[in-house]
Amino acid sequence: MRWLAVVLCLVAAPVGAESIVAGLSQNRVSITADFDGSEILVYGAVKREAPAPEGALEVIVTVEGPATPVTIRKKDRRAGIWINTEAVHVDAAPSFYAVATTGPLRSILSDTEDLRYRITLPRVIRAVGSATEAGDPAEFIEALQRIRLEDRRYRVLQGAVEFVEETLFRADIVLPANLTEGEYRVRLFLTRDGRVIDAQDRVVGVRKEGLERFLYNLAIQQPWIYGLLSLVMAAVAGWGASTLFRLVRS
Amino acid sequence: MQLYLPIAEVSVNAFLILGLGGIVGFLSGMFGVGGGFLITPLLFFIGVPPAVAVATGANQVVASSVSGVLAQLRRKAVDFRMGSVLLAGGFAGSAVGVWVFQWMTRLGQVDLFVQLSYVLFLGLIGAMMLQESLRAWFRAQKGGPVRRSHVHTWVHGLPLKMKFRASGLYISVLPPLAVGALVGFLAAIMGVGGGFVMVPAMIYLLGMPTKVVVGTSLFQIIFVTAFTTLMHAVTNQTVDILLAFLLIIGGVIGAQVGTQVGVRLKAEQLRILLALLVLAVSVKIALDLLIRPSELYSVMPGMLP
Repeated sequence: MRWLAVVLCLVAAPVGAESIVAGLSQNRVSITADFDGSEILVYGAVKREAPAPEGALEVIVTVEGPATPVTIRKKDRRAGIWINTEAVHVDAAPSFYAVATTGPLRSILSDTEDLRYRITLPRVIRAVGSATEAGDPAEFIEALQRIRLEDRRYRVLQGAVEFVEETLFRADIVLPANLTEGEYRVRLFLTRDGRVIDAQDRVVGVRKEGLERFLYNLAIQQPWIYGLLSLVMAAVAGWGASTLFRLVRS
Repeated sequence: MQLYLPIAEVSVNAFLILGLGGIVGFLSGMFGVGGGFLITPLLFFIGVPPAVAVATGANQVVASSVSGVLAQLRRKAVDFRMGSVLLAGGFAGSAVGVWVFQWMTRLGQVDLFVQLSYVLFLGLIGAMMLQESLRAWFRAQKGGPVRRSHVHTWVHGLPLKMKFRASGLYISVLPPLAVGALVGFLAAIMGVGGGFVMVPAMIYLLGMPTKVVVGTSLFQIIFVTAFTTLMHAVTNQTVDILLAFLLIIGGVIGAQVGTQVGVRLKAEQLRILLALLVLAVSVKIALDLLIRPSELYSVMPGMLP
């Protein structure tokens, strides 16, 4: 059977094909008590079996956090005060998304390829079953993008991937402090003339560790014990402070 | 030093939180209030999600009231019987409050609801307190007759009377139950102990002597906020123990310093200052509701109902 696989590989890879060999600086990120954001270094090389064909070679790196459903609300003035009125629901919006490239996305990636691989932000946020309470869901999706770009949950880093010596490249992607736990998918695309030549997939696991893990699990799995623990902590602190200061004063 | 909060899921500066707890503790020690009405809005301001701020604020009030009630106990200034009646009302009010809070969260109006409660209650109490303390201050200046502390009102005509020895009262249990319920409700939705509602209600509505008011109010606040904390922890999982710990440490130190400063100031002056503080918080929150926000949209994780 092995010879069949080898033959299939040879057939699948046309002459002059280029592919990516890539690595990550780390494949797990731990959220500990002093966690203040992290950085992932994505590096790689372009492997060629023949001289490079015409057209510039481009690299796109995306990092995508676990998708969660979100509700986008719009404030409106009612009776003089600003309150939430309309809402749109999005089934799956990534909690984090960064796209880093060697050049402007518009010129290095065609629309059809974008549609196929879901690379740019509008393609990533899928609006399924929206428009529940609002007139124009597109406006809300735009607002979601704008808000998350502002608090750096979404980042578009055009030109942030650097080529070193024609075939080696690297990209540094900063993860913010307000990360959601889960699997972060790292994708690498090699494009030429807007077409994707090769793609690679990697996964980075983001998890709370140590004290953070313990407290979070306790709060979710044993809410009664957690609640009582919070109260005992408060009572002991209150009692301790009053006793301590009385001793200090006398 | 940055610290990642496990429940709020934000990274904050630990010293900022300690300082915040310290300032609020200082004010609460000086004025004899829990300080929840300051902590919760300040937590919103530094980016803690409102639901976490309210639940954690309640947890912080537990610590400051325990500390306060111990001091009052030594002076025998706690009416346990009155405290228990207030408490019975408080539990009912708190349970309703947590339920309403959950319901408002589902509707997406929890922020508005919490803000409106702040504007309404702080504005009302602040204005009343300011008016009353200014009048007392002028009277003290002129040296006129002191008003009688024990006045008979419609409250004393209600049925189900009960004797409260420590307060020297023989009144119906209905008004204390109602006051307790209101305070419990406020504790659940605003993350406050409710001392700012409780204290004036006990003096003016129930006619309790001032010397037992603070101790009794603190006594019942411990239990109401403890109950509220537990309810939020169990139903919403929004109590951040790490955040609470930092606030408490800052708070208890600040409170002790505040108490020292407080004894050097006159009672009327203290009340005027507290009234102005309460009004300032209320006006600030009201402005936020009235001025057009720079971003009309907001993103909340989760489903529509």
